[in-house]
Amino acid sequence: MSQIENVSRRRFLKGVFGAGALVLAVRYIPPVLGQGQVTDGQTEADRATLHANLFVGIQRDGTVYIVAHRSEMGTVIRTSLPLVLADELDADWKRVKIDQAIGDRRYGDQNTDGSRSIRSFFDIMRECGAAGRWMLVQAAALQWNVPASECSTEPHAVVHKVTGRRLGYGELASEAAPLTVPKKEQLQLKKPSEWRYIGKGMASVDLEKLCTGKAMFGMDARVDGMVYASIEHPPVFGGKVKSLDDRETLKVAGVHQTVGIDAFKPPAAFQPLGGVAVIAENTWAAFQGRKKLKITWDNGPNESYDSVEYKKELRETAHKPGKLIRSVGDSDKAFPTTNVFEADYYVPLLAHAPMEPLVALAEFKDGKVTAWAPTQNPQAVQAIVSSELGIPKEDVICNVTLLGGGFGRKSKPDYVAEAAVLSKKLSRPVKVVWTREDDIKFDYYNAVAAMYLKAAVDEKGKPTAWLQRSVFPPITSIYDVSQVYGDPPHLAQGWTDLPYDLPNIRIENGPAQAHVRIGWLRSVANIYHAFGVQCFTDELAHRANRDPVEYLLDLIGPPRTLDFTNVQYPNYGADYKTYPWETGRLRQVIEMAAEKSGWAKKKSGKGHGFGFAAHRSFLTYVATVVEVEVSDDGEIHIPRVDTAIDAGLVVNPEVTRAQFEGAAVFGTSIVRSGEITAKNGVIQQSNFDDYPVARINEVPVQTNVYITESSAPPAGVGEPGVPPFVAAFCNAIFAATGKRVRDLPLASNSLFG
Amino acid sequence: MVRLKVNGIDRSFDGDPNMPLLWYLRDILELTGTKFGCGMALCGACTVHKNGEAIRSCITPMSAAAGSEIRTIEDLGANGLHAIQKAWIEMNVPQCGYCQSGQIMQAVSLLKSNPHPTDQEIDDAMAGNICRCGTYQRIRQAIKLAAGKVA
Repeated sequence: MSQIENVSRRRFLKGVFGAGALVLAVRYIPPVLGQGQVTDGQTEADRATLHANLFVGIQRDGTVYIVAHRSEMGTVIRTSLPLVLADELDADWKRVKIDQAIGDRRYGDQNTDGSRSIRSFFDIMRECGAAGRWMLVQAAALQWNVPASECSTEPHAVVHKVTGRRLGYGELASEAAPLTVPKKEQLQLKKPSEWRYIGKGMASVDLEKLCTGKAMFGMDARVDGMVYASIEHPPVFGGKVKSLDDRETLKVAGVHQTVGIDAFKPPAAFQPLGGVAVIAENTWAAFQGRKKLKITWDNGPNESYDSVEYKKELRETAHKPGKLIRSVGDSDKAFPTTNVFEADYYVPLLAHAPMEPLVALAEFKDGKVTAWAPTQNPQAVQAIVSSELGIPKEDVICNVTLLGGGFGRKSKPDYVAEAAVLSKKLSRPVKVVWTREDDIKFDYYNAVAAMYLKAAVDEKGKPTAWLQRSVFPPITSIYDVSQVYGDPPHLAQGWTDLPYDLPNIRIENGPAQAHVRIGWLRSVANIYHAFGVQCFTDELAHRANRDPVEYLLDLIGPPRTLDFTNVQYPNYGADYKTYPWETGRLRQVIEMAAEKSGWAKKKSGKGHGFGFAAHRSFLTYVATVVEVEVSDDGEIHIPRVDTAIDAGLVVNPEVTRAQFEGAAVFGTSIVRSGEITAKNGVIQQSNFDDYPVARINEVPVQTNVYITESSAPPAGVGEPGVPPFVAAFCNAIFAATGKRVRDLPLASNSLFG
Repeated sequence: MVRLKVNGIDRSFDGDPNMPLLWYLRDILELTGTKFGCGMALCGACTVHKNGEAIRSCITPMSAAAGSEIRTIEDLGANGLHAIQKAWIEMNVPQCGYCQSGQIMQAVSLLKSNPHPTDQEIDDAMAGNICRCGTYQRIRQAIKLAAGKVA
């Protein structure tokens, strides 16, 4: 088991195992809407007879309540993390009930992004489960008057094998409750061979509800007396209302009134965009009333933003010397001038388009806000609502519903802030419902990126010098408008950490000003970085007439740990000793994917091709083979995908496979059609007709996922499938057609036109 | 006044006859299993049955639903899980699950008219239903699993 020591962790463990005051100090917190009775505000776990710690409580009837403090958007984290606790508690999973936590810093980090829920909380969940088991064992030993060391557990019971005695967890809850909570050193964690659930997994606790329409999403939240709001946002980022005529709007049946929302003060961060809200007695009336608004806008400084011009600018910047990010060998020396190959790659702005458009319900009452929201980050909801309304964070109760998809968009709670602002103005509960058009037009987009790569090669086609330069508007620009260079955490996403064993490497980044809000999208900067590096590598392999897999392995070189001494490499926020960058593990998944897909026997050409790519992101190593068939008129079919992964210890394998199947579909959308464009500062796309996402007839028919058996610390699984898929898909198109995809997406490419 | 039957219950509605059935179901009847995804019949999240056929409730005005029998996801498993729902559960289809009510209603409609669809027929019937999480492979498998079991 890894021991990640950091300040926040230590503080957190004190909360878990330390004074009960942290738990007792909780204020009024209603349960997730409709999923329980109104209570004194604690979780069921808090209220249980035996409340071993923040994350678990056991009732006298044997019910075990486990708190899920991360948000459920389809990764089944609401099941997988509690499952870890249940294993160490030795609980019978059938008798476990899940409590969804509100936003509360007592749980530690709740921002469900970065594919890090398992790795950040695996140890904590184990320890919390083991602490509960320790108390139950002590209670039984006291009752039987035997040493605790003679007692053991089987699911949901403590047993004394010598005398054949047995007491259920429910029977022991009252006896165990007053016992001292154990210190971390006293805990006896199970050996991996003793795990019942970890590594085997369990289906989502929400599975049946999701198949019967009973699951509670943010879109389904309702409280008595609420009104509905639909908001007309400034069409250009940073714009303001100049004049408003709402007379026709107010004539629409069911419309109550309109309410202005102030434009944000830069930087935008998570503030509402501003605009005019139409308040109505149902969603439809609000939508209809909004169509009748007559607004003139002051568009502000981004009015001239044109994505065609912007692309040219990025490309020009990518051809000029940039800021040095990492250098190997004598990279300052003049680049060789013979046997040089160079290429430009481009990925446009991408929208998230989760199936559930943004929505939030908030009630401002007695100086406090209660919100119900499909949010990835309930503590950020507390922070932004607190600052927008001028109330303490503790007076913002954020209930987390299920999320109808998130992909990073729902980490940014501007939409929840809108509901809170409106509720305060109207003194009644307000549900803000974004349309699909709002969702597409007012996203925090994945950054548009231009990449320039250049290599000088030897007689075998292997690079002797390598230059790569990326240019993209950084996410940090939402917090500080002067930011134009990539920040270390996002440069580290597949750019700084080029894993190639080459004598001269120069990695640079150029400046780009943002004209829209930039955000995190499933695998983020890895999307464009892996696309550039893995496609360029494939191009070099073909130019050298070498097998792309053999060539890739040659560039990666021998198994070793990458050395980032004197390089800013944040490693996804993980300790580098615990999660080193090991080229041997990348090699292993490459070899595994090649073997499982039968790569060596594959013959590409004449409209049928196989593409390969490998990438490490979110601490997980992935290699992907994509098979395509391309018809004469350019129609692309994807019969099969083979993905090999090394994500360290995998808690829930079936769910993990599903994440990589889904990543292939997500990547398909990016390659085929993902593109947001702007003209005069206005986003040109609006719905699934002009921002198409992949449908059942366009996606890989069969995605095979091979999971490396590993006892290494757990890594991410939600995002890492996307980057290598995108590159491998494009490499497959080349193998089938001889045409290189350097500008995404295919839909805007003249390749097959 | 629009009269219709929803999940076997007689209903009447005297609001805006242009209001889409989706919002009547969700906001007025509080049947929130049917989802809003696009408002333009592009994604299929709002799929319900009208007189047994899959329709997009987001573009079906109440006036067009008059006199019809509407069935939603809430009714599908009301008397025990439907064969499609059982198959969905067995294949672990949902990720976020938001689109799955629509996917399931669409699949039921497919298997009613074509009890043993080919891969191509499944794709044709399901291409109007988007799943952004990308559960399509399992949707296809679940439909095959339920094939022949839908009356």
